[in-house]
Amino acid sequence: MSKLILLRGGRVVDPSQRLDAVADVLIADGKIAAVGARVAEGAPGAEILDCAGLVVAPGFIDVHCHLREPGREDVETIATGARAAAAGGFTAVCAMPNTDPVTDNQAAVGFIVRQAQRADAARVYPIGAVSVGQKGGSLAEFGEMVGAGAVAVSDDGKPVASAHLMRTALEYARTFGIPVADHCEEPTLAQGGAMNEGLMSAKLGLKGIPSEAEEIMAIRDILLARRTGGHVHLCHMSTRGSVDLIRWGKERNINVTAEVCPHHISLTEDAVDGYDTNAKMNPPLRTADDVEALRDAVKDGTIDVIATDHAPHHYDEKEREFADAPNGIVGLETALAVNVTWLVRPGILDVPTLVERMSVAPARIFHLPGGTLRPGAPADVTVFDPAAEWVVEPARFRSKGRNSPYAGMTLTGRVHFTLVDGRVIHRAG
Amino acid sequence: MSGPLGKDLLGLEPLSGDQIRLILDTAEPFKEISERAIKKVPTLRGATIVNLFFEASTRTRVSFEFAEKRLSADTVNVAASGSSVSKGETLVDTARNLEAMRIDMVVVRHGASGAAQFLAERIESNVINAGDGTHEHPTQGLLDLLTLRDHFGKLDGLKVCICGDVLHSRVARSNIWGLTKMGARVAVCGPRSLLPNAIDGMGVTVFDHIEEAIGWADALNVLRLQLERMTAGYIPSLREYNRVFGVSRERLERAGRDLLILHPGPMNRGVEIDSDVADGPFSVILDQVTNGVAVRMAVLYLLSGGRPELAEAAKGGGGAAR
Repeated sequence: MSKLILLRGGRVVDPSQRLDAVADVLIADGKIAAVGARVAEGAPGAEILDCAGLVVAPGFIDVHCHLREPGREDVETIATGARAAAAGGFTAVCAMPNTDPVTDNQAAVGFIVRQAQRADAARVYPIGAVSVGQKGGSLAEFGEMVGAGAVAVSDDGKPVASAHLMRTALEYARTFGIPVADHCEEPTLAQGGAMNEGLMSAKLGLKGIPSEAEEIMAIRDILLARRTGGHVHLCHMSTRGSVDLIRWGKERNINVTAEVCPHHISLTEDAVDGYDTNAKMNPPLRTADDVEALRDAVKDGTIDVIATDHAPHHYDEKEREFADAPNGIVGLETALAVNVTWLVRPGILDVPTLVERMSVAPARIFHLPGGTLRPGAPADVTVFDPAAEWVVEPARFRSKGRNSPYAGMTLTGRVHFTLVDGRVIHRAG
Repeated sequence: MSGPLGKDLLGLEPLSGDQIRLILDTAEPFKEISERAIKKVPTLRGATIVNLFFEASTRTRVSFEFAEKRLSADTVNVAASGSSVSKGETLVDTARNLEAMRIDMVVVRHGASGAAQFLAERIESNVINAGDGTHEHPTQGLLDLLTLRDHFGKLDGLKVCICGDVLHSRVARSNIWGLTKMGARVAVCGPRSLLPNAIDGMGVTVFDHIEEAIGWADALNVLRLQLERMTAGYIPSLREYNRVFGVSRERLERAGRDLLILHPGPMNRGVEIDSDVADGPFSVILDQVTNGVAVRMAVLYLLSGGRPELAEAAKGGGGAAR
């Protein structure tokens, strides 16, 4: 007798099949069996999850997070990260390779795959390094890493400074059909910068990172994608100029995709006032004008996906002088709520478009399973309440990281159930 | 305790014009103490003050120390070299340890912008910012304001140009906030590579040529040019800097009227300022140093709970209402 689960009476939103209707979803043997009004009749004895008033969506996929294992297990492990992901409604996450040692070979990739299996929470897909040791020199072994389970390559955390290296990475990646995800940052312009360059950095006396540090690399990458035909994925875009450049590339059918982080569509550089190190990340929080452009770009699809750039740090490391504090914030457990609060509630995105950006598109551009509730697909499902309000309390995070600029804020949008392969891996407490 | 300035003095940006005026007015009676044969009043008797200097400083540290001692406070100087990171102890641990010794005030200088605020938010003692990174140096700003007010009688409507490396200058920021809040008009002049890109948003005029600045201003506050700006690629050479932006007697004479000359020190003679200007009749550079002690006494007095209207009496012998 196969295990049956019935997600009953929810608003099923699946942009992969243009579906947005109240329906039941029947899961059998870890796969989607049926979606419709009367599917319950064929499933006596199914475990029933009441989804009335909730949105039932294909599971969210985060193409950009840092799980810190191996190397900084005091800050996060693959297990705690995968559980934090599940709590945030993510059924799969892609782990960046800036670990210690760097994930730049098949053995290191295999380690992450095994640790993820043991964690038994959200799926974890490794991203391999572009260059050996992320040093920007010679190419890492893309083929062997893909063979071990890598789904993309990136030197994230560091930019690929050499245009030649980026070019060859884009060319070489074509054999394996994987994106090259780049952290766009012109290193000589960004050097020593701690926040956005602008009025706030002038007031606070902090060295700024100008928008152009990102934009110069974004257009370089787009031009190299045009030259090579490779797929460049631009990580965590933060400026209006970058949006314009991506639009320019897409109009010319260049193989470029892009992501934005929840913090870049919700907060501005003003959050840094008072030297709040939980508002320190790279790329930095920008201006209200940039935020507006990024929101529009998520709406019109210029930006394909929303990704968290989840970056846990030990609280000691954030509890110090601003310039010395590390970049990054945790994001897995607040992403949905931030997106609902700042994109859906103000009417910028409807729920189907939100699901497209958080599930369907990430699966499509990184060639991952999931992102659909079609019968036969793995039953990776996220059930959330788009109207529920909750107060962000970092002490309750499943992540080991507590570094969130949203601490204490009341946000809207709460995950109720997260299912992977038809198993409930998170249930709202 | 929280007096008319609040718990701490972290910068001039958070202060109102009235608060700045209060400090300057309170400094007036304290000036006279330093002119006495016995330069000591019991105002802060029993108060414990730590001068916590993470960056080398002679002038500011000595000035604070004299201000404290002339008010009879017990002072300890801690010279912590380098940042907290290289020192091995974090700033928050340093703060907690000081707090555990039940001190009353900390005067802190640190190479990181925001370090004074960081400390202030974590300890109950009063914190006075003696310069944090490239953020603010409020007591320097105040002594510059006092010196200008002494000379011109008022600050409202005064035209002051800050010359040089504004980008890396905490003195410049404190002067911009303090002067604009007191109704003065502020300009900056220097190579664009040493001015913050968004400087216009701080309510100042920008002059690209020192001749224009001299033609406009009533007073010039000439900033020290850190020699390492050259190696970091902000300017080609000190020689060229002097030729293009240096404040020289020839340039001042061409203005056809007298400009007051301030400099926060230490000076690079022959770079940002020529010796005959620094030593000339319109230089108030040493008056600034003298006023520094009075302004710091006023800040210490007000933060310790001293009532401004009693400052005149306090210097005579009565303790502050602490």
